[in-house]
Amino acid sequence: MTAVGSKCKVCKGPAVIGLRRHHAHFCAEHLQQLCRRQMAKAIEDFDMLSFDDRILVAVSGGKDSLAVWDMLIEAGYQADGLYVGLGIGEYSDSSGGYVRRFADERGLNLQTVDLRDDYGFDIPTASKATKRVPCSACGLSKRRVFDKAALDGRYDVLVTGHNLDDEAAVLYGNTLRWDIDYLARQLPVLPATNGFPKKVKPLIRLTEREMAAWCLVRGIDYIVEECPIAAGNKHLVYKQSLNVIDESSPGAKAAFYLGFLDRMAPILQGRSAAATGQLHDCERCGSPTTSTVCAFCMLIERSAEHDPVPVDMVLPKRARKEIS
Amino acid sequence: MKILLRNPRREIEMQGTRSVNRLLDDLDLNRESHLVIRNGTLVPGDALLADADEIEVRPVISGGSH
Repeated sequence: MTAVGSKCKVCKGPAVIGLRRHHAHFCAEHLQQLCRRQMAKAIEDFDMLSFDDRILVAVSGGKDSLAVWDMLIEAGYQADGLYVGLGIGEYSDSSGGYVRRFADERGLNLQTVDLRDDYGFDIPTASKATKRVPCSACGLSKRRVFDKAALDGRYDVLVTGHNLDDEAAVLYGNTLRWDIDYLARQLPVLPATNGFPKKVKPLIRLTEREMAAWCLVRGIDYIVEECPIAAGNKHLVYKQSLNVIDESSPGAKAAFYLGFLDRMAPILQGRSAAATGQLHDCERCGSPTTSTVCAFCMLIERSAEHDPVPVDMVLPKRARKEIS
Repeated sequence: MKILLRNPRREIEMQGTRSVNRLLDDLDLNRESHLVIRNGTLVPGDALLADADEIEVRPVISGGSH
């Protein structure tokens, strides 16, 4: 049985997806064309990358990071991958497998860092030891490992697979709290500064649904299962809320985030801690921080001396019920 | 039709031809948050799903730390 009537806006062939924010349907070929153009526009508008850059892509095994690596290689950029083993039980074992298969099949260079082997802790342990919510411990650890790998490897730029939904959800949360510092640095390009590599997000004009569709039509196998620890976190709730709004008002999510970049970000320029000169060197590792010792060094200190914590102990209540 | 759902992974069975959009509505799932794959191929909202089809409803929302 075939589609009733949806035709590709470009070629009039059978469509595989409807994108209501574009008021159009697309076939597999022209969905890819749309994605390529949206990424190219983001790269150009924000001066993210040049073809001479040595690029390091942070890859998790999920759809967005594998998609952006695929898109950059296809577009002719020089991009290596970096995978961080987080120690989240079977989930980490599985996600690492997707990344390695992706890199092997395409002959791409993949670097791997393992938090337990290289830093003496894993995310469940860090969460318990520091009393941070797991996603906070994870985000902090990944950011610092990404930064270090990019600087040590003398890469020109670090790429992450944050998409339009990710950025809109973060903006939603920052706006609900009127967190001016976070709002002021929520930019798709963070320039290289002392202690930080240049960081860019080429997928900011593409939604999660579009990235999942990219992977499907390109035959990219990625981990569909959600991180068991992340289930029900605030970020996911913000995303679901924005999708409810977007279903009744297509394009609202994109207008919220892209409008912020266009009209609000310039007003907030110079208001972040980095811009106002509040950062200095961590006395232990030398990385930029607003404290005497940076949050990552504190996390390492507390986590490394803590007994390893099994994943089950930091699962949200819903996930624990499903297991039992 | 057999329908594979994710997060958590489980399989359900439904009877009766219906469109992709109708299926998502019947399952109370948001259209912006899901893709539907019929017999291994991505299909749009007005594609018809028949009893003999194997369907996967794939969530697209992901992410924790930011």
